[in-house]
Amino acid sequence: MPATDALSRLQSAGLYALELEAVNRHFGALVALADINLTVRSGERRAVLGSNGAGKTTLFNAITGDFPPTTGRVRFFGEDVTDLPTYERVRRGLRRTYQISQLFGGLSVIDNIYLACRGVTRRRYSLKRPALDDTSMQAAETLLEAVHLESSRDVLVAELSYGRQRQLEIALALAGAPRLILLDEPAAGLSPAERGELIEILGSLPEHIGYIIIEHDMDVALRVAQSVTMMHNGRIFKEGTPEEIENDPEVQELYLGIGHGHG
Amino acid sequence: MDTDRLFNKSNPFAAIPAWSWIIGLLLILYPSFASDFFTYQIGAYSLLLGTVALSLMMLAGYGGMVSLAQLTVAGLAGYLMAILGDNSVGVMGLGWPWWLAVIVSVFAAAIFSAFIGAISVRTEGIYTIMITLAIAVAFFYFVRQNYTLFNGFTGFAGVEPPTLFGIYWRDPVPFYYLSLAVATGFVGAVLNASRSTFGLSLMAIRDNPRRMRALGYNVAAHRIAAYFMSGIIAGTAGVLLVWFNGRISPGTVGVDVVIDILVIAVVGGLRHPIGPFLGAIAFVLLENFAIDLIDRERFNTVIGLAFLLVVIFSPDGILGLWKRLRPKLRLGKSVPSAAAGTTPTDSHVSESVKEV
Ligand SMILES: Nc1ncnc2c1ncn2[C@@H]1O[C@H](COP(=O)(O)OP(=O)(O)OP(=O)(O)O)[C@@H](O)[C@H]1O
Ligand SMILES: [Mg+2]
Repeated sequence: MPATDALSRLQSAGLYALELEAVNRHFGALVALADINLTVRSGERRAVLGSNGAGKTTLFNAITGDFPPTTGRVRFFGEDVTDLPTYERVRRGLRRTYQISQLFGGLSVIDNIYLACRGVTRRRYSLKRPALDDTSMQAAETLLEAVHLESSRDVLVAELSYGRQRQLEIALALAGAPRLILLDEPAAGLSPAERGELIEILGSLPEHIGYIIIEHDMDVALRVAQSVTMMHNGRIFKEGTPEEIENDPEVQELYLGIGHGHG
Repeated sequence: MDTDRLFNKSNPFAAIPAWSWIIGLLLILYPSFASDFFTYQIGAYSLLLGTVALSLMMLAGYGGMVSLAQLTVAGLAGYLMAILGDNSVGVMGLGWPWWLAVIVSVFAAAIFSAFIGAISVRTEGIYTIMITLAIAVAFFYFVRQNYTLFNGFTGFAGVEPPTLFGIYWRDPVPFYYLSLAVATGFVGAVLNASRSTFGLSLMAIRDNPRRMRALGYNVAAHRIAAYFMSGIIAGTAGVLLVWFNGRISPGTVGVDVVIDILVIAVVGGLRHPIGPFLGAIAFVLLENFAIDLIDRERFNTVIGLAFLLVVIFSPDGILGLWKRLRPKLRLGKSVPSAAAGTTPTDSHVSESVKEV
């Protein structure tokens, strides 16, 4: 490994949770991501805005490895993870939620959370039954309370209401020791009360845990984020503080021009 | 309810429903009222076919992976017993002690199964079926054409179980109990594994592999591990099957038999480890007695029809029929099914073919 590379890794380690370098993603002829350069500091809370089809979810897929970038590099806490499979990135502290819930419908709520807690520990291949005093099991119970799902503990996930499925979706991303969480429209379709709960959960996360949240609702986004990235047609269109973005004439034109038809 | 069972730390036997004690007792007493023919040709043979089908049930029911190569894995173990141990045809027969031959054969079968898994884990649904079928067909032609190792078309004969503790283990009654012990042991092991962390993660991978990756699981490795375990089951059954028949030839691992295992597992039911044994009993009874009513050539038609009927009227096989009929027969009040704790899902195998 060249010395300069090692040096830059050292410098960025601990400083940046995430660095994207000239990331492109093509689907056939479609360019879903074009030359994305993005840095997110450790512990930073960032919102990603953009119209439908702007490439926000594709950006998350490139970061997690669900759909790796066609070209470009992804660094996670200084380490180049571009060629690592998703589960390796997750074991390093990357988490995500999905725009469309990806849950285990045939298992109970607690089993879903238990698997999430167990996934980032050893003994994933254990042929023993999970005991109640198992550390992952206890972590799961704690998490269950944190996302207010105690009353649905043993309910099959397939039978859960939409709002509760969304809460579970978030619980799965909080399991283990996350360092950076990617939240793909967690508030979409939630009632105002559920939105309030979501904002409360995000607000109560320990400071060292950063997140990137995709959110169509400007108001929600601006309340939970310290910085904003605006995407358009697969490119980063604007970056700045919430105030800067909110008052940017170009953004206003784009957002108003497209209309508030997303929220 | 599922998790209560799942995380119940108390006496594991408490979870065993009363009816399974009764069935257990019947199985133990069976040779005392059954003839030698029924003990050996029906009883032991059903148990062995059921064990091979159990290895498929474990993969398909919990993991959503329908492998057609389970009988091939069993066949490899059987062939290895003839090659490593003794046979009467004068080809190979290395004369290893029986226990060493058994250990190596079963282990080799498990490795072979893991290898099949490694080839097919990146496929889903129908493609898994096609790849494993291709492997089964390739194995059949390979052993038929290879004379140096597998003695080609003729195969091997004179493969005997050892005489141990003064018992000749191919006698109907001892062999029946041997098969019963092995089958019961594996059913227990599969049930237990299904409630373990590994079993839970296997079911979750069946439901949503993509999410499992995003939770830190190496999905491919988990699937291969499941193939390895199912290979131990199939391999052990293969050793017993070659002792049962005393011989093994390409016909033993032919495509028709490969399909029979799938039929047995599906007809019996993929939701609970007992299913494959119900399927095996039905199959063996049909195989032995259908010819009294119809021509031998029509047997496959009968099996095919039975398969169709079950798939159409009870997608969960005989097991599903039983579950549906039981309330009507007023045999139980609330029907706490034995399957509840193990395959807590309504998804059928085909539903595991999800891609986002
Ligand atoms: N797996 C895929 N195969 C083909 N095209 C895809 C795939 N995923 C995304 N795309 C395309 O890439 C573009 C960006 O999609 P993406 O889902 O990232 O948008 P988004 O910003 O998340 O939009 P939304 O607000 O609707 O969620 C779209 O044109 C979409 O059709
Ligand atoms: Mg999206």
